[in-house]
Amino acid sequence: MTDLVNLHISEALDLLNKKEISSVELTKAHLAEMEKARFLNAYITETPDRALADAAASDKRRANGEALGALDGIPIANKDLYCTKGIRTTAASKILSKFVPPYESTVSQKLKDAGTVMLGKVNTDQFAMGGSTVTSFFGVTKNPWADENGEYTLVPGGSSGGSAAAVSAGLCMGATGSDTGGSIRQPASFCGVTGIKPTYGRCSRYGIVAFASSLDQAGPMARSVKDCALMLHEMAGADQFDSTVAELPVPDYTAALTGDIRGKKIGIPREYRPDGLNAEVAKVWDKGIEFLKNAGAEVVDISLPHTKYALPVYYIIACAEASSNLSRYDGVRYTTRVDGKTLDEMYENTRTDGFGAEVSRRILLGTFVLSAGFYDAYYTRAQRVRRLIYNDFIEAFKNVDAILVPAAPTPALSYEAFKNMSPVDTYLGDVFTTPASLAGVPSLSLPIGLSDKGLPIGLQVIGSILTKTRFSKFLKYWKNRQDLI
Amino acid sequence: MSFNEQTIKTIANLARLKFPQEQEEKFMQDINGILDWVEQLKEVDITGVEPLVSVSPRESAIRKDQVTDGGIQTELMANAPESVQGFYEVPRMVE
Repeated sequence: MTDLVNLHISEALDLLNKKEISSVELTKAHLAEMEKARFLNAYITETPDRALADAAASDKRRANGEALGALDGIPIANKDLYCTKGIRTTAASKILSKFVPPYESTVSQKLKDAGTVMLGKVNTDQFAMGGSTVTSFFGVTKNPWADENGEYTLVPGGSSGGSAAAVSAGLCMGATGSDTGGSIRQPASFCGVTGIKPTYGRCSRYGIVAFASSLDQAGPMARSVKDCALMLHEMAGADQFDSTVAELPVPDYTAALTGDIRGKKIGIPREYRPDGLNAEVAKVWDKGIEFLKNAGAEVVDISLPHTKYALPVYYIIACAEASSNLSRYDGVRYTTRVDGKTLDEMYENTRTDGFGAEVSRRILLGTFVLSAGFYDAYYTRAQRVRRLIYNDFIEAFKNVDAILVPAAPTPALSYEAFKNMSPVDTYLGDVFTTPASLAGVPSLSLPIGLSDKGLPIGLQVIGSILTKTRFSKFLKYWKNRQDLI
Repeated sequence: MSFNEQTIKTIANLARLKFPQEQEEKFMQDINGILDWVEQLKEVDITGVEPLVSVSPRESAIRKDQVTDGGIQTELMANAPESVQGFYEVPRMVE
C-alpha cells in the first residue's frame, strides 16, 4: 500500500488523476497521522470535518470530470497567521486567541480555489516574532527530528515552525508559511523541508496578520522544490487588496525546472563565511558548491559588503513596523479586553495581558526607534543602510544568476539551549536570512545534508528580483538530492 | 545611548503597555543590550544614501474611491468584546 503521508504533492496528484487514490483516503491518512503526532503540537486548530467535506467534494469533481484546480484534493495546512473565514485565527497569541475572521486571506483563498483541502492551522511564534516557535501562546512545537537520544528536545525553528514540523512529519503535504526575516527558510533547514520566500510583492499580504509590512512575504513549504513550485504558482499574483503586489503574470515555475544549469554562474559571498562558522554548516555548504560544480555551473566568489549590518538593520525596521501594526490590538475590536477605569487603562491592561514577552519587547524597541529625538538616529539610519544592502544584491546579480549560502548558522537547537540565550543571541539565528529579506529578493531553502548527529542542514539559493524562472532552472537539480535525508 | 528607568516608562506609556517594576528592569536590560549591538550601524558611511522605504516591484497606485462591499455589520461586530446596538462600547471618555 502506498505510504500516503510521505508522498510528494506531485506524486499524489498523479495518483489522484489516475484514480488510484482518492482525496478522502489521502485526507484521512493525514488526519490519522495528525492524531498520532499530537505530541509535536504542530497544529493550533485542526479542522477535520471541513477537510473531509472538502476532500469528498474534490473526489466528486474528479469522478464527474468537472474542472479541477491545479492542486485539487491535496491536503495542506495554513500557518495560523492567515485569516480563514469562520475559522479561528490566533497568530499564536493570547490577544487573538478567540478571533474568528469574517474574511479569508487572499493566499489561502487562492489555495482553496486551487482545490486544496485545509487540515487545520499550524503553530508559529507569537505574531511570527521568533525563530523557534517557542514564543507561541499555545505552547512550543517540537521538531520531529529527534536528538541523539531519540528524544524530541529540539526546536523546529520559526516562526513558521508549525508549518515546517507538519510538512516534515507527514501531517500535511504542504503548508503556507510567512517570512519576514527568515521565518520560512530557517525552520525549513531545521526540519529538513523545502521552503520559498518569494520576491517581496509576489504574493498578497491581504489577510495575513501583519508583523513588518515592508518585509512580510507569504510562501510555500513542502517536501520538494517541485511541490513548492506547484504551490507558489497558485499562491502568487496581483491582488486588488494589496497595492505592493506586482501586476505581472505568474510564470509556470514547474516548467522552468529543467535541471540544466550548465554555464550558470553561482555566487558564493565571502561575508557569509565568517571566522567561527559552524563546521557542519560549512561542510554542507561546500558539498552544495560541489554539487553545482559537478552539474556544470560556474562557481564564483562574490562580495556583499554590507552583510554584517543586515541583522541590526532588520531588527530596527521590523520592530518599528511591528509597533505600528500591533497598535490596532486595543481591546475594542479583536475579541479580548481586560477592563480598566479609563479608556487608556483598558488599552494598557488589554495589551499588557495579551502580548507575550517577546512581542512586548519588540513593540517597546520599535516605539523607541520611532520616537521623537531617536527616529533619525535609528530608524532613518537603518533605512539608509538597508539601501546599501539592497545595492549589494543589485551589483552581485549583474554578474551571477544565483547566490548559494547557508540557511541557518547551526542545525536545530535544543529548547534548553534556547532558554538560556539573550535576545541578541536568539536574533543571531537570522544572520543568513535577513539580507535577502531587506533586499526583497527571492530565496529558497532546501535540505542538503546532515549534521554529525544526523540533523538536517539546509542551504539557501537566492535569486534576483522577479527572476524566479531563471533561477529555478537549476533547482530541479536539487530535487533528487532530497533523498539524502 | 542608555535606555533608563524614565525612558522605559515613557515608551511603555506611548505603546500603551504597563509592566511591574521587575519586568520593566528586565526589558530595560534587554533593550540596552540590543541598542548596544545596533551601535555598529554608526560605522557605515551613509552620506548621500536615500532611505529605502519599500522594495515593492510596483509603484503605489491609486484606485477609484468606491464602495465595493458593505452590509456586513453583524459579521464585523462579531469580534467586538463589548458592543451595544451595533456600536463598539468603550469605557466612558467624557464626563
